[in-house]
Amino acid sequence: MAQIKLTNIVKHFDDGNAVIHGIDLDIADGEFVVFVGPSGCGKSTLLRMIAGLETITSGELCIGGQRANDIAPAQRGLAMVFQSYALYPHMSVYENMAFSLKLAGLKAEAIDAAVQQAAAVLQITHLLKRKPKDLSGGQRQRVAIGRAIVRKPQVFLFDEPLSNLDAGLRVQMRLELSRLHQELGTTMIYVTHDQVEAMTLGQRIVVFNGGRIEQVGTPLELYERPANLFVAGFLGAPKMNLLAARVVSVTDSLAELHLSDGSVVHLPVPTATIQPLATVKLGIRAEHIAIGPAGPDTVRAVVSVVEFLGDCCLVYVRMDGMAELIAVKQAVGQGMLKAGDLCTLQLPIEHCHVFDSNGRSVR
Amino acid sequence: MNSRIILTRLGQYLLLSALAVLCVFPFWWTLVTAISTEGNIFAFPPTFWPQAPSLDNFIEVFSAIPMWLFYRNSLIITLSTVFWKLLICSLAAYPLARMKFTGSKLVFGVIIATMVLPSEVNFLTNFITLTRLGLVNTYTGVILPNVVNAVSILLLKQAFEEVPQDLIDAARVDGASEWIIFWKVLLPLITPWLATVGILSAVEAWNEYIWPSIVLSKPESFPLSAGVLYLRGTFGSSTRVVAAGTILTIVPVLIAFLFTQRFFMRGMDGAVK
Repeated sequence: MAQIKLTNIVKHFDDGNAVIHGIDLDIADGEFVVFVGPSGCGKSTLLRMIAGLETITSGELCIGGQRANDIAPAQRGLAMVFQSYALYPHMSVYENMAFSLKLAGLKAEAIDAAVQQAAAVLQITHLLKRKPKDLSGGQRQRVAIGRAIVRKPQVFLFDEPLSNLDAGLRVQMRLELSRLHQELGTTMIYVTHDQVEAMTLGQRIVVFNGGRIEQVGTPLELYERPANLFVAGFLGAPKMNLLAARVVSVTDSLAELHLSDGSVVHLPVPTATIQPLATVKLGIRAEHIAIGPAGPDTVRAVVSVVEFLGDCCLVYVRMDGMAELIAVKQAVGQGMLKAGDLCTLQLPIEHCHVFDSNGRSVR
Repeated sequence: MNSRIILTRLGQYLLLSALAVLCVFPFWWTLVTAISTEGNIFAFPPTFWPQAPSLDNFIEVFSAIPMWLFYRNSLIITLSTVFWKLLICSLAAYPLARMKFTGSKLVFGVIIATMVLPSEVNFLTNFITLTRLGLVNTYTGVILPNVVNAVSILLLKQAFEEVPQDLIDAARVDGASEWIIFWKVLLPLITPWLATVGILSAVEAWNEYIWPSIVLSKPESFPLSAGVLYLRGTFGSSTRVVAAGTILTIVPVLIAFLFTQRFFMRGMDGAVK
């Protein structure tokens, strides 16, 4: 059993600078959890704390039901894959993979069997005699994962392992990691700042910001129901369109919002969460905006830029009174717009989000 | 513009050539003296080309003093000094570079402060210490004060600092103890630096003259640098033979340096990056 429980975890560095402010999180046995957030949000520090490479200032870390705050890294039953791969340059691939097993005192035959098995899984048997400098980035990454696999850990920790690879290889390795998780069924914690990796790999995603958890949930939950502006803006490409609005009235749980260009939108909201005259943000994703005829709850805009992505195109439009462009996803060939065209945006009510002045989602 | 570059280059080459002549000239003159068998070596203007060259002076050196014994003694002293210096200095540099402990900066400061003292300052105290330890007239006595020095610790500390932290973390997760991290992960990675410190120490130990002369009193345990001076007494100041002995002392270091200089240069590359 390798469930991980974090209770009020806090981290202060020696200079007194606090980087993690009381994290509570439960990770189930066999779960693939992704920590995502911008640089400096504390996700890697938290991963290193779980690994035992950083001390925990306060709070409790339990691995497999056992308090692990003071257990040495090697005794925690985890293996870690680093961003830089951290392969020992003076050792061959075989020696790199066998190193931890040798230290554990295993016999040569057992070590050989474990290394050969892991190499076969990762298809790197032909590389075993090479030194890390003779490998490509993707091969090094495989070796780093192989070095983790041979230990048969209860938990895998990945610290931005794909960020040094080119785009094509990253997609390939992403698929391999998913396959590996299905095969091994081991608990995996994966740190990334790439929201595409987070969405595609994680069974659950933990979004970090400024040393705090902003939201935890499945990729779909986070995408469809972001808890706040930060999550709404962080996940999804292009990011969610956020339109400044003012609440004019709330009657029978139906709010009337005035956008910056004077258009009016009516949205159902829980009455208690929103007050008339409040300033809010109306959020809607690019693929949910339709371009069509004018009518109630529509917005007029001018096309600024059109980006063709092959299967679809992104139309960036400008709305009066709003500095940021609004992204609209359109199928190719569907009444193709060009820069300078006037258009009307339809905002389907069921896909609109409303965030209050504190950034919290109220709808 | 082009002529300016050519003139600058010319000036640089002239300056470097002059420096090279200054460095090589004493060695060349000694070599010419050692292989010449005719002419007055004190003649003015001096001759810088061998006259009636032969290896007679070198043969005489081997028959006059126990050169092979001196070679053996120098080799023992040099190899032991290098071995212990690399071991002890790297053991001192590792915690200073990679471990957090109270007073680490003070300890490093004190070590660096010893660089301002010339080694001669320590002769008296070192000799008294060795006398108390009963190490006078032993190789250990010659080697012991030379196995630690601040420059070596400084160089190796920098080498350890250049190793990425991820490698140490990976080793720690793999279950390596601090000793295993030092011995199996970090030491192999700083080989070019170890080679640099090793070569510098070897040259220093091989050429050391005053300290072995103070500690050792039995001629049969002398290293080459001290033993070769016996040529003066034996031949009533036969300068040609002394020069031949000097060349025989220098040549092994030169050969060793020629074969190992690529490691040395690699280590120095790291030092300035």
